Amino acid sequence: MLKVQDKGVHQCDSGWVPVFVDQDKSISLMSIGFLLEKPDDAVVWRGPKKNALIKQFISDVTWGDLDFLIVDTPPGTSDEHISTVESLRPYKPLGAVLVTTPQAVSIGDVRRELTFCKKTGLRVIGIVENMSGFVCPHCLECTNLFSKGGGEELARHAGVPFLGCVPLDPQLTQSLEEGRDFIQEFPKSSAFPALAHIAQQILDRTSPQGS
Amino acid sequence: MAEEDPGAAAPPHGCPGTSSAQAGRAAACQGCPNQGLCAGPAPAPDPAIEEIKEKMKTVKHKILVLSGKGGVGKSTFSAHLAHGLAEDETKQIALLDTDICGPSIPKIMGIEGEQVHQSGSGWSPVYVEENLCVMSVGFLLSGPDDAVIWRGPKKNGMIKQFLRDVDWGEIDYLIVDTPPGTSDEHLSIVQYLSSSHIDGAVIITTPQEISLQDVRKEINFCHKVKLPIIGVVENMSGFICPKCKIESQIFPPTTGGAEKMCQNLNISLLGKVPLDPQIGKSCDQGQSFFSEIPESPATSSYRNIIQRIQEYCGLHHSQEKLSNQGME
Ligand SMILES: Nc1ncnc2c1ncn2[C@@H]1O[C@H](COP(=O)(O)OP(=O)(O)OP(=O)(O)O)[C@@H](O)[C@H]1O
Ligand SMILES: [Mg+2]
Ligand SMILES: [Zn+2]
Repeated sequence: MLKVQDKGVHQCDSGWVPVFVDQDKSISLMSIGFLLEKPDDAVVWRGPKKNALIKQFISDVTWGDLDFLIVDTPPGTSDEHISTVESLRPYKPLGAVLVTTPQAVSIGDVRRELTFCKKTGLRVIGIVENMSGFVCPHCLECTNLFSKGGGEELARHAGVPFLGCVPLDPQLTQSLEEGRDFIQEFPKSSAFPALAHIAQQILDRTSPQGS
Repeated sequence: MAEEDPGAAAPPHGCPGTSSAQAGRAAACQGCPNQGLCAGPAPAPDPAIEEIKEKMKTVKHKILVLSGKGGVGKSTFSAHLAHGLAEDETKQIALLDTDICGPSIPKIMGIEGEQVHQSGSGWSPVYVEENLCVMSVGFLLSGPDDAVIWRGPKKNGMIKQFLRDVDWGEIDYLIVDTPPGTSDEHLSIVQYLSSSHIDGAVIITTPQEISLQDVRKEINFCHKVKLPIIGVVENMSGFICPKCKIESQIFPPTTGGAEKMCQNLNISLLGKVPLDPQIGKSCDQGQSFFSEIPESPATSSYRNIIQRIQEYCGLHHSQEKLSNQGME
């Protein structure tokens, strides 16, 4: 998605050097995708191997001085999640952002994820509802492809902040496919103000003065 | 990990995979932090594999539903494959949900909150109709907020129990829904069924390259574990605006979609299912959209796909029978 799929990870004396996404080196990235020989290689690993790699990603990568470390996870409440929370615990993570689509089938998974956060003592920064509505580019009719409002309702029910809805924008998909910087390429997209607003709220809620 | 020499923590180039006989022993394993774990004493084959083989003697066809990415419609597909096959009242259908941490099948099948009963011969699955039964970890939870926070080995134990200890009875089709990816659940199901013959896997994807990338990994996984691929289903391919009736690509097939990928890899494309908001609604309400919206293009597309899967299974079954009888 960030158009760095052909880059490799280098080793230095102090560990693995992450891949930089931009010229200014303001965003660095680490992924198992960089460690595969061929892009189509499947990583067929059971839990213990995945856990070992996650621990290495946190302890053996030369992250340097970071303001924020964002960790993307697979769905569920299993090895990757337990290991990530365990390895980050000494660094006092700010919390978790839970992303859902609006329909009940997806909300069900987030309810279980909320329980995971509670049980592992991870603060919930808030819930984001993604793929909320689709505006037809031909007639501007908005259709809720996957219903609407489930995320907000869940946030209220669970007593956690609701950070906002992001509409479904095929241009977003297209730009991610091409690995372009969404924020730079699509300031006019309907998803842009929504994402910017959510980012600001996360900043506000996690700044030392706030919350 | 921190005190380990990072130079020794070599990336897994050429990793033979944990299930390989070479695990921990291949040249590539030298220096891998998991070498010890992988090499371990070669595990004796799990006796459960034989027990499961016995159990599965009354199960004619077994179909796995896989995907690379999450949220592409595996569970929706599995549920509707089950509904579609069960329309033939002479056939017995079973649906097994192996998504231990995200069991959505009970909701989609409209049986959330049901409990599994213990009978003399094992756990009884939950019946949706006389000829359609379901098993899911969801039936073992205390409520919708209950989470299964388990690492791999416990999930594997559960899958073993689902195959070995459930009172499946005489079944024509066993459909296995899986979580996304290629990890514990997938390895376990393939391993536990290794003596029981799986007809094959159906792989679900959406049309965009980000999703197809993961499908290629899934296909490589199938080749690695020698799991036949029945075919690929492209889901959410195109959306027809209810107002102006013009089609939009919600997940644009920038690299030619599943069609091109299947051509390149010589795999069958079973069909394309359009995005229809009614499908999501039906799933949320636990109803089959075959009966809710029989005229939708999504319904007819689904029906064609189901027919092709039936044909595939029928064909392979009769081929097997013929070769067993040693006649043409
Ligand atoms: N063709 C379609 N049109 C509209 N909605 C769909 C379609 N297919 C699936 N959906 C909806 O998309 C959502 C995701 O589907 P589903 O839960 O089946 O995906 P999954 O691959 O099983 O996800 P997971 O990886 O989390 O198990 C569901 O709400 C489902 O109702
Ligand atoms: Mg699912
Ligand atoms: Zn329109």
